[in-house]
Amino acid sequence: MSDVADRVKKIVIEHLGVEEAKVAENSSFIDDLGADSLDTVELVMAFEEEFGVEIPDDAAEKILTVQDAISFIEAANAG
Amino acid sequence: MFDLTGKTALITGATGGIGGAIATALHARGATVALSGTRVEKLEELAASLGERAFVTPANLSDADSVAALIPAAEQAMGQVDILVNNAGLTRDTLAMRMKDEDWDAVLRVNLTSSFQLARACLKGMMKRRHGRIISITSIVGVTGNPGQCNYAASKAGLIGMSKSLAAEVASRGITVNCVAPGFIATAMTEVLPDAQKEKLNAGIPMGRMGSSDDIASAVVYLSSDEAGYVTGQTLHVNGGMAMI
Repeated sequence: MSDVADRVKKIVIEHLGVEEAKVAENSSFIDDLGADSLDTVELVMAFEEEFGVEIPDDAAEKILTVQDAISFIEAANAG
Repeated sequence: MFDLTGKTALITGATGGIGGAIATALHARGATVALSGTRVEKLEELAASLGERAFVTPANLSDADSVAALIPAAEQAMGQVDILVNNAGLTRDTLAMRMKDEDWDAVLRVNLTSSFQLARACLKGMMKRRHGRIISITSIVGVTGNPGQCNYAASKAGLIGMSKSLAAEVASRGITVNCVAPGFIATAMTEVLPDAQKEKLNAGIPMGRMGSSDDIASAVVYLSSDEAGYVTGQTLHVNGGMAMI
């Protein structure tokens, strides 16, 4: 597992207070992990801080799963 | 009770009678304050009279760039904004039939739009800290209406609706969003009214007198305090019983 994936999962586990075993790449923040819409905004803020990237609003709206977040951050870091 | 030591507050429209009283009251309770307004000299006078823990962050809230720069400026001065007091407001009174689009737009932009934009800009920090107070000074006319004030009353009613919606969004993060609605408050503007007219106004108020800026400031102190942490989405009417709603 990549370093980005580990760090993303750590943020999700800490922020949503869910068990590590429940957090998979294809987990949806809202449907699988019990996040509400404000949680998703806070997760995006936490990702921005952790990875030093800027996630514009239109991109943030498309980050619905753990994998979406990992993909965005990896693409941003590569660019 | 109502100790604000260590808290930071941004007050817009701090050069006005009510804004100045709010800034002074929050400061007296121990808060660090950032005073905003358009008249820099008056802001500096007020800051000098308060002494320590007072900063001047001028802004013209009818200008979008100026609004966008205000929260960053206040955060730079004070480190963070714990309490936002949307107090700035203007009137362009005239009958609806004579009201120009510019009169409508100018009032809505300063009284309502800038208040939303400032609140939005504060939220990130408040959400992270799990604490925040957003207090907007609305008006009795936002609830009762008033001839000649379609624009002003709409902007003040808008603040109430905005505050309730925002309150529901961020309540779980320890942020409260409330309004204070003054009735008739004695200011420089009401001072010049003839006695006969003052008496007529007072007759409509069960308390028999106009309120003071300090009456409004006290309500803001309460809503800013930790003691008011369970109060959100509310409008506190401070009007001597003039309208009981």
